[in-house]
Amino acid sequence: MSGTFVGMPAFPKAAHEAVRDTTLRANLKHATHTIRDKRARAVAELDDWAQLREAGKQIKDHTLRHLEHYLVQLEESVTAAGGVVHWARDAAEANRIVTELVRETGESEVVKVKSMATQEIGLNEHLEAEDIRAYETDLAELIVQLGKDRPSHILVPAIHRNRGEIRDIFRREMGSWGRPAPEGLTESPAELAEAARLHLREKFLRAKVGISGANFMVAENGTLVVVESEGNGRMCLTLPETLISVVGIEKIVPTWQDLEVFLQTLPRSSTAERMNPYTSTWTGTTDADGPQAFHLVLIDNGRTDALADEVGRQALRCIRCSACLNVCPVYERAGGHAYGSVYPGPIGAILSPQLRGTASEIDASLPYASSLCGACYEVCPVAIDIPEVLVHLRERVVEGGEATQRGTRVTLQPAKGHAVERAAMRAARWAFTHPAALGAGQRLAARTRRLHPRSLPGPGRAWSATRDLPRFPAESFRDWWQRTNGGKDTAK
Amino acid sequence: MRVALFLTCVNDTLYPDTGRAVVKLLTRLGVEVDFPAAQTCCGQAHYNTGYRREAEPLATHYAETFGPGLAAGAYDAIVTPSGSCAAMVRELYPRMGERARAEGRGTALAAALAPVVPRTYELTEFLVDVLKVTDVGAYYPHTVTYHPTCHGLRSLGLGDRPARLLAQVRGLELVELPGAEECCGFGGTFAVKNADVSSAMGADKVRNAASTGAEVLCAADNSCLMHIGGTMSRLKVGIRPVHIAEILASTEQEPQA
Amino acid sequence: MSSRDVILGRVRQALGAEPAGPPAGPPAAPAAYGTGIDRGYLRRHGERTAEETVELLAENLTDYRAIVHRCWGTGEELADLLMRLLAERGAGSVLVPPELPPHWLAGVDATRVHDRAVSTPGELDRVDSVVTGCAVAVAETGTIVLDGSPDQGRRRITLIPDHHIVVVRAPGQVVSSVPEALGRLDPTRPLTWISGPSATSDIELDRVEGVHGPRVLEVVLCQDSR
Repeated sequence: MSGTFVGMPAFPKAAHEAVRDTTLRANLKHATHTIRDKRARAVAELDDWAQLREAGKQIKDHTLRHLEHYLVQLEESVTAAGGVVHWARDAAEANRIVTELVRETGESEVVKVKSMATQEIGLNEHLEAEDIRAYETDLAELIVQLGKDRPSHILVPAIHRNRGEIRDIFRREMGSWGRPAPEGLTESPAELAEAARLHLREKFLRAKVGISGANFMVAENGTLVVVESEGNGRMCLTLPETLISVVGIEKIVPTWQDLEVFLQTLPRSSTAERMNPYTSTWTGTTDADGPQAFHLVLIDNGRTDALADEVGRQALRCIRCSACLNVCPVYERAGGHAYGSVYPGPIGAILSPQLRGTASEIDASLPYASSLCGACYEVCPVAIDIPEVLVHLRERVVEGGEATQRGTRVTLQPAKGHAVERAAMRAARWAFTHPAALGAGQRLAARTRRLHPRSLPGPGRAWSATRDLPRFPAESFRDWWQRTNGGKDTAK
Repeated sequence: MRVALFLTCVNDTLYPDTGRAVVKLLTRLGVEVDFPAAQTCCGQAHYNTGYRREAEPLATHYAETFGPGLAAGAYDAIVTPSGSCAAMVRELYPRMGERARAEGRGTALAAALAPVVPRTYELTEFLVDVLKVTDVGAYYPHTVTYHPTCHGLRSLGLGDRPARLLAQVRGLELVELPGAEECCGFGGTFAVKNADVSSAMGADKVRNAASTGAEVLCAADNSCLMHIGGTMSRLKVGIRPVHIAEILASTEQEPQA
Repeated sequence: MSSRDVILGRVRQALGAEPAGPPAGPPAAPAAYGTGIDRGYLRRHGERTAEETVELLAENLTDYRAIVHRCWGTGEELADLLMRLLAERGAGSVLVPPELPPHWLAGVDATRVHDRAVSTPGELDRVDSVVTGCAVAVAETGTIVLDGSPDQGRRRITLIPDHHIVVVRAPGQVVSSVPEALGRLDPTRPLTWISGPSATSDIELDRVEGVHGPRVLEVVLCQDSR
């Protein structure tokens, strides 16, 4: 029922359902408000937050500006430390590489640490098709996997589920994946976490192959870092014989010292803790401790396209903390699924259209999934000006122009469906550069104001379905000013 | 002190009372107000919807309307009763100039806009920072809750300036708005492009406002108040939207409703 | 062209004007790194005496649900304390890193289990507790860092048992901040940073302690002779 200027782009359509789902709305409101306030307190503890944020931004910008150098340096240092580095242009290539690496071990199951990169490339589905079973071991990812669901948050993929729903999923599904849920499982979070512990422990203990992402990769010495809370990460990173890490090329920091910034800003921004319970760092392989075979798969998958855009490249600074989701009023009401990507919320709205391009309906609609309130920019620990990038991408959608797609420079045509809007914008621009015409329009509206409908037809219905229209005044300010000499001849 | 009033297109067309309130208030404080008749629109709706190139002539028009008067000393500042439009000029005009330069179109746009950028003030920051007053001699015997609009709050950093002004208004009881810093959901064209989410945000804002028991929700942006007020009258809650200029202009002799 | 060359070519093209193609040579290293980064943040937050720093560590550990004990030195008092802590947990078996000072566990009744290369994770899963030293502890965040040294053992031994006791020499091993900790650590060693017992906020962003890692973390702060 809600029209827009341009018919029904994807985000509004998906949000339409979410906004009416009262359970979802309540789940999201509760969760985001809880974490929002905690984050503010965790950040307020540090007097130098602004400086840490600035340093984080500069380190990331520097790395991106010299990305070729740091990628080559990282490759050298990981190789020297006993790891093997692979390069993947896109999702298909990354999936193929990982599949082959698993095949070589002779195993048909793997345990996974929560990783956005593997979600992004659809690795689990790909492995499934190749008869390799991938077990998600993060509690929320497990909830999503068992519920045949999609993640809706970067940090807490099952944020859209409440405890009762989670209990039902565990009871219903755990048995077909391994150890069934305990008898009489209640919905207390502690019991649910315990059920996950029991269910997954057997998988950890027998796993021969682990798959992870990484939060950071240190170019100077080849160290990878995984930041987590539950210990499932430690399990996957240390118990298997083979470890495969799939990481975006933008996750590099130049030096070990640089971690001193991000290990302070990431936990406080993401889980609102002084420090998350567990952080693991490893450098290649270590004799007699942990996996003896380590593979690093570096993925592009659209990142270099984002890098080519001077305004948009700042999205690559993202350290996936999810603070922007937690403060976003649009995310809170539309939920993560409406964003049609593993990257929901404000960061998703600027990342997806850059990684995937703006050709599809959903990607063309994402830059508009924001009221530009700026709360995301305010909390971003690497100072990504998300509103700036959103507006920049809106321009790409409605006006077309230069962009890079899969490494090739292209000139985009304006997206379809914006013709009416474009004409209206041009007409308004004309009126606004001709004050006399603007005044005449105002006077016409004032004279006919008794005839104005209380609700609007067509695209305007989107306004008047839920909001009354302001009443037109009898006289515009400019006419009043002229008639009364700025109020000095108070004839009124 | 002489100022040019930049009223904004929305206020000029739909909220002339706000304009009259600004004139009355500033005149009472001894400021001479001019209204350059050529003024139209800052171009924010165009810019924020993705029509940056369409917004450029509007920015240039703004500079041509107000620049010469500033240069000639005919007035000392440009004052606008809109945090959003002030943020457009102050934050986004320089960005527009910079983008034009990055696109190889030279520095002409940046140079044309430069004179008006730092001299454009939102009303409350003009009062507190330039006139250095917080007690404007207003009288407004109502309970009021204040909604800080996003661009005023986050782009301009208005901080507690509006609250300090309201605190000095005689007869006014200021009550805190729960979730004050959350966006009301207007967002310009967002209000129609994502009407469902926009309306949900608006309804939550209105419920929070109504929960305070205040008679009036006050803000420094009529475009947000248009959305909030339209939601209020649809939800039939007993609270009404009023622009901060109208409260600050109100006196015992000439009270505002 | 290999994918490596394609990606590096795309990066080059994205950042400069040259067309994508095989690289002309090794990429130019940026000018001395670090000089261009504004590191105006603090090396530590606030000034404290050594004792106050240890106090803050204890406070922050406790805040994140670790159980903190204090004792003098690493002699008899420590041995008695470890004996008591293991007995209170009813530990029948305890994992021992290869070079944990033997006298620490002198009074312990529990069976000592050594982590051999041939031990399977399943075998370790039957052990009740583990006692280790540590590399460094961070007061501001309430964090213990293990680096796999012989008094701490392989990473897996502190992960599988449900009860982990860490012995920290205080103030010798205690630093104030994350920047100070990184400076003390060897990045080539596998590191495990531990801040309290394992936890999750995955259910309604409500924090629950005890998921896959140890459910109980006990930290013994031993006053060292400094």
